[in-house]
Amino acid sequence: MDVRTLATCAALGAVAACAGAAVPTPVPSESSHAAIARGRNLVRAGDCAACHTAEHGKPFAGGRAVPTPFGTIYSTNITPDDATGIGTWSADDFYRAMHEGIARDGHHLYPAFPYPWYTKVTRTDSDAIKAYLDTLAPVDEPPRENALPWPLTLRSGIAAWNAAFFHEGTYAYNAQKSAQWNEGAYLVEGLGHCGACHTPKNFAGAVKRRDALEGGYGENWYATSLANDVRDGIGAWTEQDIVDFLRRGANAHATAFGPMAEVVTHSTSHLTDTQLHAIAVYLKDSPPREASAASAPGRDVATHGAGLYLDDCAGCHMAQGEGLAGVFPALKGNGVVQANDAETLVHLILTGESAASTQANPNRFAMPAFDWKLSDQDIADVASYVRSAWGNSAAPVSAGTVKDVRAKVEHIVEQ
Amino acid sequence: MATRLPKVDCVLVGFGWTASILAHELTEAGLQVLALERGGFRDTVPDFSTTFIQDELRYAVRNGLFEEPERETLTFRNKTSETALPMRQLGSFRPASGAGGAGVHWNGQHWRFLPTDFLQRSHIEQRYGRKFIPDDMTIQDWGVTYEDLEPHFDAFEYLCGTSGRAGNLGGQKQDGGNPFEAARRRDYPNPPLKRGLAQVKFDEAAKAVGFHPFPCPASNTSRAYKNPLGVEMGACTYCGYCEWFGCGNFSKSSPQTTIFPVLIGKDGFEYRVRCEVTRVDLDKSKTHATGVTYVDAQGREFEQPADLVILCAFPTHNVHLLLVSGIGKPYDPQANAGVTGRNYAYQITSSVDVFVDELVNPFMGAGALGQAVDDFNGDNFDHGPENFIGGGYLAAWTTGGRPILQSHVPDGTPTWGSGWKKAMADNYLKSLSIATHGSVMSYRDAYLDLDPTYRDVYGNPLLRLTFDYHDNEIRMSKFLTDKAEMIAKAMKPRAMHAKPRKAPYSIVPYQTTHNTGGAIMGTDPRTSVVNRYLQSWDVPNVFVMGASAFPQNAGYNPTGTVGALTYWAAEAIRKQYLAKPGPLMSKA
Repeated sequence: MDVRTLATCAALGAVAACAGAAVPTPVPSESSHAAIARGRNLVRAGDCAACHTAEHGKPFAGGRAVPTPFGTIYSTNITPDDATGIGTWSADDFYRAMHEGIARDGHHLYPAFPYPWYTKVTRTDSDAIKAYLDTLAPVDEPPRENALPWPLTLRSGIAAWNAAFFHEGTYAYNAQKSAQWNEGAYLVEGLGHCGACHTPKNFAGAVKRRDALEGGYGENWYATSLANDVRDGIGAWTEQDIVDFLRRGANAHATAFGPMAEVVTHSTSHLTDTQLHAIAVYLKDSPPREASAASAPGRDVATHGAGLYLDDCAGCHMAQGEGLAGVFPALKGNGVVQANDAETLVHLILTGESAASTQANPNRFAMPAFDWKLSDQDIADVASYVRSAWGNSAAPVSAGTVKDVRAKVEHIVEQ
Repeated sequence: MATRLPKVDCVLVGFGWTASILAHELTEAGLQVLALERGGFRDTVPDFSTTFIQDELRYAVRNGLFEEPERETLTFRNKTSETALPMRQLGSFRPASGAGGAGVHWNGQHWRFLPTDFLQRSHIEQRYGRKFIPDDMTIQDWGVTYEDLEPHFDAFEYLCGTSGRAGNLGGQKQDGGNPFEAARRRDYPNPPLKRGLAQVKFDEAAKAVGFHPFPCPASNTSRAYKNPLGVEMGACTYCGYCEWFGCGNFSKSSPQTTIFPVLIGKDGFEYRVRCEVTRVDLDKSKTHATGVTYVDAQGREFEQPADLVILCAFPTHNVHLLLVSGIGKPYDPQANAGVTGRNYAYQITSSVDVFVDELVNPFMGAGALGQAVDDFNGDNFDHGPENFIGGGYLAAWTTGGRPILQSHVPDGTPTWGSGWKKAMADNYLKSLSIATHGSVMSYRDAYLDLDPTYRDVYGNPLLRLTFDYHDNEIRMSKFLTDKAEMIAKAMKPRAMHAKPRKAPYSIVPYQTTHNTGGAIMGTDPRTSVVNRYLQSWDVPNVFVMGASAFPQNAGYNPTGTVGALTYWAAEAIRKQYLAKPGPLMSKA
């Protein structure tokens, strides 16, 4: 997996090939329709709108709160407004932000802007993205003040962070692998910035590169492992399953919800078949992993959890956890249910969530909240039950864990 | 002073079944459509969340999902000689409020009317002679036939994922279905629901006395289903909380579970909630609507201009709006002239409670889980010897076994104390009820008009309902109740008792929310408010959907026919009206 270690420079020819179907040609200064069209596709791939659009706000005008473990950062306006957006930015300025995480005026951007991933984007593609953004209607929307504690308000600290954790460099084409594989890697490791959630992070919020895509935190949810583990990853998924999940928001194994529902709705469901298959090929090309041994819950816990499951869950997820194909996800064999970190499962039981709604799958299915009726111990028991029933295997959940998650998600709701 | 808003192509008054269907059809035709709903927006999650919605006290007893009489009601009297009084709490019927309308809280009993139902007068005259119809009975033909509506019945069933078994596929009788149903082009989209013991016992008993039982058509999905719009539904869990509740499992057909996923957020569609339409605005000629006036939750009044105004509210509200807006000549029973408010009708129901030795387990139910016989509906039998018009179905429904309202105890049981408790304990699991569901014909003295005394919160006169059961209906209902008793006896019960319906009609105890008529359809502008396409004769850019169009009520639940009429009207609007806006039928 040396593709996941960065090459500091890449031959332009190799970069061109990695872009897959659309082999870039030099972009004229007056951006061509083709470049704008590619830019629009790449903006989808990068899911720029997700962070750069406030709730009920104008698209790309910024102002959305991006929660981080260190405080709240507000996204900026990337419409071509001269005063409040990026209207005065040149393609060079824009590329520097994407590639180095430095704004037009020279200040460092917080890595909540995923330049650690966007650095892999080619100059051609960066220019195409800028060309597309320039076609948007300018919106006068001044940036909001970030809610960060000192000393994080000092941007000079970011330079130190970069020195320690940031690896600048355009995606390096891996000649050992197919063009399709490389296109997938380019999307996953670059614009897709999948690792921003799906890779564990260190004390400083930087990803642990050695554990790439093995599950991590994003927006107060634990994002499951994308490794080829049959138990808690995508080991049982076929290439088509991955394509279906990213296009429809659901497949036979899982349903997208929470932040991933937004990713599917706004980003992946708009990608081309070629791109989705490339992503799938890349993700499936990792070795299967040993599953960690899980201990089963005690008998009393399992009995209480099983009773709660029948009362509150079986109506949709069915008596044997098999779900209802196309409608309600199976819990048997489910990666979210069996994730080493149960936080997402607990969060989901507490607050409920809406599933992704896409053109291919327009349903607006949603799971209701149970925080109003189930105690911490109830939720711990039912979670422990589903993590060990029907052949599932994952460690039991404690009431203390539920208590912590409840405090955290109630805090989010209050915000 | 009303604030004038930018014009839309089409405004829909209400956001229930008919509005949702039209909103989808007309946005597909490229129109900009706005739905104005007096209640709030509601969706499966969080509003009908499973394990929360199953709260009988909140929703069934305290009317969680219905209109509030404090805000909107009508006055009622049995006879024109009486003074009507306001209905100050819901009783005999429970109109909905909120997005999805009654499509949220219905049971899902999804029937097609019979071909003869649509030819109510001409068929009776032809078979039994003109004199068979009482003088004061004002029944008439609908102006559409079953054959006209068949594709639209089909479309609505496939939208809903209705569960059932065909009894007549293209003229070929099918074993196990309703042998009296008219020809359908194809089978139901889903197989029948699983039967409970009540259905099995009813089936055996009905066969034993020579009737023809079949599974009731249910818009409770018997399995996962994807409708033609690409919207998917879950499978019914038989939780027994359909009627008066929303479904938390995405398995009862409603606008939320069948249309909203592709409608909400669609280009060209907008809805506004907590907006009560108080009037259809007409120009000086009184033959053209300019839009509607509505009041929002802040009490602000708005004028919403529109090229096309479609009333999609509850039947009585449609009629009220027509009357306060001056659309159609108000009906005058003395002169027997005028049309708006004419031919109000209802439903007549009765039941037979049956106490058996086996476990019926009524708590495993679904709104339309039932086994029925249709031998005595419509004109499926010879009315000559019976000397009444109309009919109905008999069915053993297991809609649920809710603790407060859904239980049966034998006659003579004390109404409280240890005697009542013992009878409840002995019978809750071992009882069932056979329902009769009968037609109500229309009469000269059953109608809707504006009340001379009482006004609503907006200053408009309240609607006044004048209605009573007539001898024809009471005799018909007794006939059905007798047949139900025959089936009950064949179950060899340890106890049973009939609960016949008696006159006068009382608006107090709940019966059904199947109020019909008042803006009836037809081919003669002297006896109908809307033409065969549900278009106002007098104001051709106003259409009126729903059961207010029924010239009289048949012996079935109305929703299937309401849905079919909506698709029928939508097709006429799309194919004829939009190409050439104007009257779709000539008045002459």
